Amino acid sequence: MSRLPPALQRPWVREALWCALIAPMVAAPLLGAAPRLLLALGSALAFWRAYVIGRRAMHARQHDVALPLGSQSNWMLLASLALVLAPHALRLPAWLTVLVVLFIGWRIAVMRTAMRPLTRGTSRSLFRGGVRPPPRALLVAMVSAASVGVFLQYGTLFGREPGVALLSIMIAMKLLELQSRRDATVLVFLAYFLVITNFLYSQTLPTALLMLAAVWLITATMIGFHQRDPRFRQTTFLAAQLLVQAVPLMIVLFVFFPRLPGPLWGLPRDGGQGVTGLSDSMSPGSFGQLSASADVAFRVEFPGAMPRPVDLYWRGPVFWQFDGRIWTIGSAPSGPTAPPVIRAISEPIAYTVTLEPHFERWLLALDMPSALPPETRMSGEFVLLANGQVRTRVRYEGRAALDYRVNENESEANLRRALQLPAGLNPRTLALAAELRAAGLAPERMVEQVLDRFRREPFFYTTNPPLLDSKHTIDQFLFESRRGFCEHYASAFTFLMRAAGVPARVVTGYQGGVVNPVGNYLVVRQAEAHAWSEVWIAGRGWVRVDPTAAVSPLRVESGIAASIAQDDPLPLLVRGSVPMLSRAGFAMDAVANAWNQWILSYNTQRQQQLLRNLGLDASDWKTLSVMLLAGACAATLLAALFALRSLLPGRRDPVVRAWERLCRKLAQTGVVRAPGEGPSAFARRAAAARPDLAAGIGEIAACYVRLRYQPPGSDAAASAATADLQRRVRMLKT
Amino acid sequence: MSPADASRAANGASAVAAARAPGTWRRLADWLFQRRGRERAPVRLTQRRIFLLPTRYGAFFAVVLLVMLGGSINYGLSLGFVLTFLLGSMAVVSIVHAFRNLSGLELAVLPGGRAFAGESIGFDVHFANPHRLHRYSVAVAHASGQVASTDCPAYGSATCRLRIPAPSRGRLYPGRLTVFTRHPLGLFYAWSYVEPDCAAIVYPHPESTLSPPPGSTGGEGRRSASQDGQDDFAGLRPWHVGDSPQRIAWKAAARGQGLLIKQFVAEAGSLAWFDWDDTPASLGDEGRLSRLARWVVEADAAGLAFGLRLPGCLLPPASGPAQRESALEALALHEARR
Repeated sequence: MSRLPPALQRPWVREALWCALIAPMVAAPLLGAAPRLLLALGSALAFWRAYVIGRRAMHARQHDVALPLGSQSNWMLLASLALVLAPHALRLPAWLTVLVVLFIGWRIAVMRTAMRPLTRGTSRSLFRGGVRPPPRALLVAMVSAASVGVFLQYGTLFGREPGVALLSIMIAMKLLELQSRRDATVLVFLAYFLVITNFLYSQTLPTALLMLAAVWLITATMIGFHQRDPRFRQTTFLAAQLLVQAVPLMIVLFVFFPRLPGPLWGLPRDGGQGVTGLSDSMSPGSFGQLSASADVAFRVEFPGAMPRPVDLYWRGPVFWQFDGRIWTIGSAPSGPTAPPVIRAISEPIAYTVTLEPHFERWLLALDMPSALPPETRMSGEFVLLANGQVRTRVRYEGRAALDYRVNENESEANLRRALQLPAGLNPRTLALAAELRAAGLAPERMVEQVLDRFRREPFFYTTNPPLLDSKHTIDQFLFESRRGFCEHYASAFTFLMRAAGVPARVVTGYQGGVVNPVGNYLVVRQAEAHAWSEVWIAGRGWVRVDPTAAVSPLRVESGIAASIAQDDPLPLLVRGSVPMLSRAGFAMDAVANAWNQWILSYNTQRQQQLLRNLGLDASDWKTLSVMLLAGACAATLLAALFALRSLLPGRRDPVVRAWERLCRKLAQTGVVRAPGEGPSAFARRAAAARPDLAAGIGEIAACYVRLRYQPPGSDAAASAATADLQRRVRMLKT
Repeated sequence: MSPADASRAANGASAVAAARAPGTWRRLADWLFQRRGRERAPVRLTQRRIFLLPTRYGAFFAVVLLVMLGGSINYGLSLGFVLTFLLGSMAVVSIVHAFRNLSGLELAVLPGGRAFAGESIGFDVHFANPHRLHRYSVAVAHASGQVASTDCPAYGSATCRLRIPAPSRGRLYPGRLTVFTRHPLGLFYAWSYVEPDCAAIVYPHPESTLSPPPGSTGGEGRRSASQDGQDDFAGLRPWHVGDSPQRIAWKAAARGQGLLIKQFVAEAGSLAWFDWDDTPASLGDEGRLSRLARWVVEADAAGLAFGLRLPGCLLPPASGPAQRESALEALALHEARR
């Protein structure tokens, strides 16, 4: 064989060349554009050439292998697919779920047929209890029909839901025509992909754990494809090994991989369906529905002392316009409006909100916000607004003045808006307002009188009020049913004030929250949604009035759970009447919060914050690349060291090591084993050269050959024989 | 001599002619991929000689991961990032695992038998595993496309038989074997080249048409051997290329015992001399060896004692399997005059 010049044959030259092939890839991000391009081209060429040469060795790698029906790999593949499809089954349309289950059932029947021993005289026909996969034409027809069905269902084939639906159908189809390892590998990749689609719907800790189990099973399945005789225990153990060893590198990538803000391509407009929460309108009963939801709206951390519960008014959308039944934001006044002016009287307190996505623009803020978080603005009615819809969990730091004066000089246009009333409705309420107005009271006194009326008369606070079916909803509530939830009181009070000539508006948001003693933060759930009023009083500006507090003081002092009747529907977690459950609930919520804060909300800002904490220049993307590369190399090295530890010299077969020790001993006396000389031949030669040791050498060689080539059946026998061999070698005096 | 024999003989010659001067790329490749020429057993697969490349599935997996990364960025899916990075890291770790599945294995290759040209020969590839690591699905491939694979237990050994086509007579070196594995995930292909220094002996292909050997006793002996009724049945032996279909024991074949050949003891005193000079020079060297091989096979099948005379080689008359082996070996290793 021809050789290169000797200078080039040195091993380190070869290693250096290999490094030179790889280095450009590593160094590329640190260089200017032109050298980077050149290097990339050069290394790509070199790699291509190496690949072409290497391919000749790979003639065998492209062989496809049949996957026997009924083999363990088949069953494991089926189980992994079922695991990743199961969460989707609840979300897909029923007919699609049925179809997918049908296909999987068909596949199981096919596999069971294949496992049944084939005896003489039984043909595997449908009539003899055997099931065969469908003919290709039928399969194609079924899938086409299902695709048309998906299109009819969603009106499109693109986007999240139709995409998942199509993927599920394709997987079920592919499963039915699965024959070879190639098909199975495609299915495994699709299964990995299905895992990520599950995260589009839920990223909670339980989902993550379920999907981790799925990934484990899928990986074990994939390993099984490449073993001659896959065993469940071995493949799952190896899969766990691979996944655990991958964790350090995964953490490095997760922490240092540059996070690009914003979508790469247009986000489909299908997010946020079925999210409970505040809406941009309020009608009787809308808050009663929310009270049934234990979903977390947001969580708040206070670096200092937490305000009293009665002060925890979390401001959301403000409603001006009333049509007799529904309160809405209404159109902004045409004339000039005063900018929001807030004068803090008490020392503002700081807090950090982690808001769950609600697919609206407003951000909840403690009344009254005295400073704006970055990238937000404030509406004329002091509502914090984000730049776009809140599609992901956001974290912002706010400041609030609990004692304040706002818009003491309100614009005429806004005051007119705050007096708007639907014409010709609620005559009895209008008459009551006329009475109040005729008494000639100051606005403050008027407010007091109305609240006093709520206190005195038999008004009840309930999440389950009777339906207001009259055209005159306010009349019906104030004079007939007298049972209502916060929106009934806020609505009636605001109407009454306006009718009495006091500018008023409805404010919605949340009131209160439950302190989580485990994580020491405040959890505000959808059930704590609340509505109240604001009246404008000359010289004082907008003043908060909560008519609900007049009816049920407990609502604002102790929270919703304490204030409503036991038989009213309220989620158990909110009610907190079972101590065990609430304690477990606190712990679970603390875990969920940590998960949200550290895993799910890890974004560009958090990444930069972390880098700053590490003392690195976060704005420089080169720092990030260097950190990423260095960390990745270190993590890979760590994994490699761990994986290769059993190849260390000290870990080699003790039998081989004992034999090598004998060879070394004999070599010292001048009897050197020739390369390739078998143990028996060498022992004969050594015995001839050293007749004094002949017996010992012969026994050792026989022992060695036995252990090496006919290993004893049991582990105990093997280790005893090994110990014997080691002793004999040690005792041999040369 | 049939056209098939002629082409087979020509193959051997063209194989020699095809070995052209190695180009620069080839030399660079030999060096980069540590193709060291024939090595004596055992060959240890060290780090230096194990190579890794992604497979087609590996490339496909990378594309899947890229799509997943794009989706994670687009939808702001933190767990999508976690999953993508976990799978990517797992692929990286699987490189190490593919490497460790081969690293440290010791390999010895031994010919597992003999064959006539045109058949294939089994080579026993013996793996010894000095480490406490179970080696899964270690495979050996030959340039002809033949693949054999085996598992090798921790501190244990395993053997698999690789069938290598034997196109022409003589010593058959298995050539460059590729020891490879795709374990654990099939995303990466780890391989090493081994060129074992061991040869199997390939006998000349027995000529397909039987022409009677010339000479006084040759004709008689052959005729008496082929007349089944006159000889005593001596037993059965496995079928080989070149055996006459008339002597196949069809009853035994029908019983599922495979193809066996009836052997007969010839009359005492029958003796044949197969001489190189009795074959016509027009056949060419390979053709003449083919004809001699056919005679040897026939004579042995008939239980005849025979001697063989080749230029520079003389085999005294004898009978039995040992004689057959030595005669065929002499024919296989005969140095053709150039």
